[in-house]
Amino acid sequence: MSLDHSDVEKIAHLARMALDESQIDAYTKDLSNILGLVEALEIANTDHVEPMAHPLHMAQRLRQDQVTEKDHREENQSVAPSVESGLYLVPQVIE
Amino acid sequence: MHNKTIAELGAGLRTGKFSSVELTQHFLQRIERMEGSLNSLVTVTPESALMAAEAADQQIQSGDAGPLMGIPILQKDIFCTRGVKTSCGSRMLDNFISPYDATVTERLMQAGAVSLGKANMDEFAMGSSNETSYYGPVKNPWDTSRVPGGSSGGSAAAVAARLAVAATGTDTGGSIRQPAALCGITGLKPTYGRVSRFGMIAFASSLDQAGPMTHSAEDAALMLQAMAGFDPKDSTSADEPVPDYSASLDDSLQGLRIGLPKEYFGEGLDPAVSASVESAIEVYRQLGAEVLEISLPNSSLAVPTYYVVAPAECSSNLSRFDGVRFGYRCENPHDLEDLYKRSRGEGFGPEVKRRIMIGTYALSAGYYDAYYLKAQKTRHLISDDFRKAFEKVDVIMGPTTPTTAFGLGEKMDDPVTMYLNDIYTIATNLAGLPGISLPVAPVNGLPVGLQIIGNYFTEAKLLNVAHRFQRESKWHRQMPVGFE
Repeated sequence: MSLDHSDVEKIAHLARMALDESQIDAYTKDLSNILGLVEALEIANTDHVEPMAHPLHMAQRLRQDQVTEKDHREENQSVAPSVESGLYLVPQVIE
Repeated sequence: MHNKTIAELGAGLRTGKFSSVELTQHFLQRIERMEGSLNSLVTVTPESALMAAEAADQQIQSGDAGPLMGIPILQKDIFCTRGVKTSCGSRMLDNFISPYDATVTERLMQAGAVSLGKANMDEFAMGSSNETSYYGPVKNPWDTSRVPGGSSGGSAAAVAARLAVAATGTDTGGSIRQPAALCGITGLKPTYGRVSRFGMIAFASSLDQAGPMTHSAEDAALMLQAMAGFDPKDSTSADEPVPDYSASLDDSLQGLRIGLPKEYFGEGLDPAVSASVESAIEVYRQLGAEVLEISLPNSSLAVPTYYVVAPAECSSNLSRFDGVRFGYRCENPHDLEDLYKRSRGEGFGPEVKRRIMIGTYALSAGYYDAYYLKAQKTRHLISDDFRKAFEKVDVIMGPTTPTTAFGLGEKMDDPVTMYLNDIYTIATNLAGLPGISLPVAPVNGLPVGLQIIGNYFTEAKLLNVAHRFQRESKWHRQMPVGFE
């Protein structure tokens, strides 16, 4: 599977990642090579094989729906780029 | 003092030959003198180390000291450490002072280990050479023109150079075992779920596992004892009893069945590395083990499967780095989308971007079945190979890496060539099995690793098998020239 310039632009948008226009060709080549490596999977016969999502086939553990943590807002917001009155600030979204 | 094991240093501390403060100062001085040539550390924390050492000395004096009490170690910079920068080797987290401790950090601290600082690593643990770090490449102490391996390259280089007694690492596709092999130390990747992932910055959540990087299997047993165990804070933590890993180290290997997968000794393996591994296997024959050839027929699918599963999980995990709640934020974003895109574009390095994009593509509409679902099925085939093999043998042995350490910059232009360096380690992560790498006879002065893979939760057996070899060999005691 070979990607082209516009495929990579689309993928970068889906990943919400800005790429320099000058780098896109290099990524196109690298990503195409990686997909070339992955193509080896096509020949594997996986009829009647179940997908494996978890190495130990464990079921998701559940817990009581109870508050166990104290409020860490201040500690957690101490590392935020921009906060005000306990809220995270981002550029205006709604006019 | 610096070429001693945890057990030896612990005995010295408890009999008052030296204090933890003296030991800690000794290693801090070594770091100051030698670290410049390796770049193995991102952060050194001398003040908090000396405070912890003082506290450890008091505990030792009161007679209440476990085996790690007062022992200087390093944490891979992927483990959150309260009040200390936790960068994960990325510009994205260059300004991140963790507000909490990882469970691994907490448990080692509770055991009295003294953290000297945080070890350099490939960015977000994505790399096999420690060249993708935002903080620059780490160098191999055996030859500083060569890579130490990755992603736990800083941990491996620092332990090999005796800048710390032991270090933590993480292993998603070989990131403990491969650098341990290339730097001549012992590295154990436990069974998936054995060690808590809480506070360990996620790369690929169904593969990631933390483990110890040490001089010997005996030391790895002591470290794992403190690290392992159920943690309610990690939903994938295994609720399995933790055995005494030191108790069985000396058990006899008489009748041990060792499987050698023919796929691990084929094309691509450096003949000199192969010879070194075979001479180690000969030692096991002399110890009474029975050696059988086995087959893991789907081995060639492991790397391709990994490069769908790991990037897919990484693209999801790393979506949390959006410039809003923590980490890097771009200057003057003009709207929210621009904030996301430029923060991620500027905060991540090229290898992380490649993997996020591959994962995004593999999970995108129209491609999910062809890539992700297919890879989850081939993952099952790979796992089944091991299940069948362990019906016939107790452990599987082979080389950890196809070659010794390669030159800095040699493989950076070609990601696919770099990926093939993990050809023998990746399948273990896909299956969730434990594996250990230990040093065997070097080739041209460069370390070689023997990999031993065990069945689920047989870490005690792996440590026993590794320790019995280390009783017969001196390779784990050798120090790189210039770091004696």
